[in-house]
Order: sequence, then structure tokens, then C-alpha cells
Amino acid sequence: MKKRPLVFSLQLFVTLFACAFLITPAIMSIAAGVTVNYFKGLESGVTLKWVGQVWELYADSIWLSLLIAVTCLIATLIIGVPAAYSLAKRPGRLSRVIEEFVSLPVAIPGLALALALLQLYGTMKGFRLSWTFILVGHVLYTLPFMIRSVLAIFAVIDLKTLEEGAATLGASQWRRFLDVALPNALPGILAGSLTVVTLSIGEFNLTWMLHTPLTKTLPVGLADSYASMRLEVASAYTLVFFVMIAPLLVAMQIAAQRAQRVGQE
Amino acid sequence: MPHLKPSFPLLAALPLAIFTLAFLALPLVRLFAASVEGEAGFALYGEVLTNPRYLTSLWDTVLVSAAVTLAALAVSTTAALFLQRNRFLGRSLLISVLTFPMAFPGVVVGFMIILLGGRQGLINDLAKDLFSTRAVFAYSMVGLFFGYLYFSIPRVLLTVMAAAEKLNPELEEAARSLGAGPWRLLKDVILPGLAPALVASGAIAFATAMGAFGTAFTLATNIDVLPMVIYTEFTLSANIATACALSIVLGLVTWVLLLIARGLSGGAVAAAG
Repeated sequence: MKKRPLVFSLQLFVTLFACAFLITPAIMSIAAGVTVNYFKGLESGVTLKWVGQVWELYADSIWLSLLIAVTCLIATLIIGVPAAYSLAKRPGRLSRVIEEFVSLPVAIPGLALALALLQLYGTMKGFRLSWTFILVGHVLYTLPFMIRSVLAIFAVIDLKTLEEGAATLGASQWRRFLDVALPNALPGILAGSLTVVTLSIGEFNLTWMLHTPLTKTLPVGLADSYASMRLEVASAYTLVFFVMIAPLLVAMQIAAQRAQRVGQE
Repeated sequence: MPHLKPSFPLLAALPLAIFTLAFLALPLVRLFAASVEGEAGFALYGEVLTNPRYLTSLWDTVLVSAAVTLAALAVSTTAALFLQRNRFLGRSLLISVLTFPMAFPGVVVGFMIILLGGRQGLINDLAKDLFSTRAVFAYSMVGLFFGYLYFSIPRVLLTVMAAAEKLNPELEEAARSLGAGPWRLLKDVILPGLAPALVASGAIAFATAMGAFGTAFTLATNIDVLPMVIYTEFTLSANIATACALSIVLGLVTWVLLLIARGLSGGAVAAAG
């Protein structure tokens, strides 16, 4: 193929420009988080003082985010995987409507969902003030991702034939779900799980409305630090977030690719 | 075979049914009820939709979301085609850089924009050193535009790259052998082939921008996009009925748009993040 120099250089320019736009502030933030004095630049020295300060100030929010992410994962597994199985077993109009309805939290802004939850449960103080209130919001928001990820696998494997095979050997419905459907759906469950954890750790729109001063998550703490802390501390906190999210993102993309390959084999 | 026990697939959907009823269906019903419980009743929707402040804000939100969608589609499609068709050292690094911000919450994106275009931002520093002028754009609609662009590029890029991989190269060969130049090729062969992916990812970018809250929240409290207005009505003015009504309007607009886009793209609209 003959390369057209003008088109090629234009494409290269746009691509590099987009990369620069995305990566420059991230690098600045990482650098600022370990710089003694941001306004004097890196010459002022490199330090972990700010990261330490973040840990002192915000360790609670980091632990709470991890706790919520893990419980959110457990909840979406318990609710989402069997639900995806039953949607796959009974395809049809009703299943599509249900899938559409439970996917609403992806389309409706988090703020609106949070308002809805507050209107209904805001007066139940015990629930409202505990971290489980935030958990409900996170499950609501991440559940569609788990269901779709698992459903996508059930759509490409021949669930019916596999199960019929197991049924002729005398396996009960429960056993067929556990021993046939689940193992086959594993790539989708894994991809969905990583998406759920990543989204939960970064969720802000719902959480900001649902949180209380005693139930701050990592992104809520970030907003707090951007508003009231010196730039170095805010940057160090962002750095902590990057470090938590980067391996999850890499794993998520690998898992998604593997899940996609299931249908192509 | 007759049996009295509920079938297993129904039982498997029970946790979902309970959760969705308790935490999605009932709260949404309550949200609607709260929006018409005020003195105005149902007339509140009429008031909200004719109020100049809310209308301007809705219009601004739609405008900035549409602008971001177009810009993200242009940038990401160019980059996606480039990365899909050229193999070179560092290609996968570029892809990682372009998809890494996908999981950033809006607040972090806002902070990124402040580092670029804020008072002590990179662009302002450069402008001062090179041209002795000020260049601060973070705390306005312009900053918001760049913030939304920041988190839209990765999402659109991934969708378009996946679609570009499935394009039929023979079509392009045929067009080229018939003498089509690069622009004709793009307009008549490549873009039509990518259309479903462009509609799908564009819809997601638009919907995400419509509902985004964290970025505006970090940049400035006086950026009047609809989510910010809802937040102010709810917290500062304690105007709960109005906040609920505006939420329902915003939710409906976004949801209907995604539905239309899915119809157009043949079911390709994937989940937003």
C-alpha cells in the first residue's frame, strides 16, 4: 500500500496530540505528588512526605473504598450471575425489557439515582448513615456491567446443548448451573468482576450525594483534597489512586480480550 | 412435566428482582412522586421547562455535550484508524496512554484540566514565558469541554478500534483501484463501514457528558450545566421538588437518546462507564 505522506502525518499528529493531552497532566500530577515544592519544580527535591500525609489524612477513605469495592463485587456476583443465567435461559421480549430496565443506571445520571435513593431511604437513619447506603448505589450502578459481561458469554457458548448433555447424565438443574454453566461463563465473570471493582473504586457521581462525613470514599476524599489541600497533597492522593487503578485497568483489558475470544474459538 | 416448585431460571432471577424493585423501581417512583408533591403539583414540569435559567442550562449542557461528542469522534476515529493500520515500535504504549483515563472519576479529570489550564497550570506558565500573556481556561465552559473530551477519547477510541478491525479491506482495495483518493475513500467507504460504532460510541460520549457531575464540581461551582443546577437546587436552595423534576427531565432525555442511538446502530450501544 502506498503511503500518502500528508494523510499519514496528519493522522500521526492527531494521535500524538491526543496522547500528549491525556498523559501530560497525569505525569504532572504524579511529579507534583513527590515534589518537595511544586512551584519551585523538581529541583526542590523528591519526597514521599506528601504520600505519607495523604495516608494519615485519608487512609480511612481508601480502606472504605476497598471494602465497598469488594462487597459490591460479592453482591453483583450473587445477584448478577444467576440473573444473567436466567435471562439467557429464557430469551424473549420479557428478558429484553428486564435487561433494559436494570441497565437504566448506566443511562440515568448518577445524581438522579442518588436523589431517588435519598427520597425513599433518606429518613431511615440507620441505613442512610452507614456505608451500606453507598454500597447500594455502587451495586445499582455496576450490576448492569456484570450482567452484560456474563450474558455475552452465555450468548456465544451453546448453553442448551451443554446442559442437555449434562441432563441426560442425570444432573439436576442446580448441578447444571454449578457444574456446566458457571465454569463456561468464567471468562465473562472475570471480565465483569474487574469492571465492577474498577468502577466502584472510581465512582463519584452517586457517592458524593450518598456519603456522610463519616462515610467518605476515595473519590470523595479526592474532591475534598482538590478543594482544600495544597497542590502537592492533592497530587499525592491522585498518585495513590493511579497506583490502585492501573493494575486493575490492565487486568480488565486482558480479561475483556480473553472473554471476547470465547466466541471466536 | 408438571411441577409445583418454581422453575430454576425464575428462582435464579429472584435476587435481581428483589434488589431492582427495592433500589431502582421504588426509588424512581418516589423520585417522581417527590417532584409533584410541591405546591405546583404537575404544573412544576411546565414551570421547569419554561424557566429561562433551567432552559439555558439545559441548552448549555446539550451544546457542550454535542461539541464534545463531535470532537471526541473526530480525534478518536483518526487515532483509531492510524493505530489499527500502522505497526510500529511503541504502538501498544500509545494505545495504553489513550485508554488509561477510562477509569478516572470526573473529579480526577477536573484536576487534570486544572493542572493544564488552571491559574498555575502548564498552559498559563507557557503563555507567560513565551508570549507574556495569560491563558487560563480551566474554570469555565471551555475547561469543562476539555474535561469531557479527556474522558470521552478513551471510550470512543476502544469502540472505533474494535470496529475498524472488522472492516473489509477488499472494499477499500476496490475503491482505490477505481481511483478513489484518500478523502473519497474515507467518506464513501471507511466512515459508512464504521457508522454503527460511531453512532454507538458517540451516544455514550453524549450521555456521559450530559450526566457528568464530578468534573464541573471540581472546576468551578458556577458552571451552570444541568447536573450542577440540580445539585445546587437540592443542597443549597433545598428546592427538592425542582431538583427531582430536573433529574427526571435529564434522565429521560439521556435515556431516550441512548435508545434512539441503539436503534440506529443495530444494538451496538455498549455500556458507559
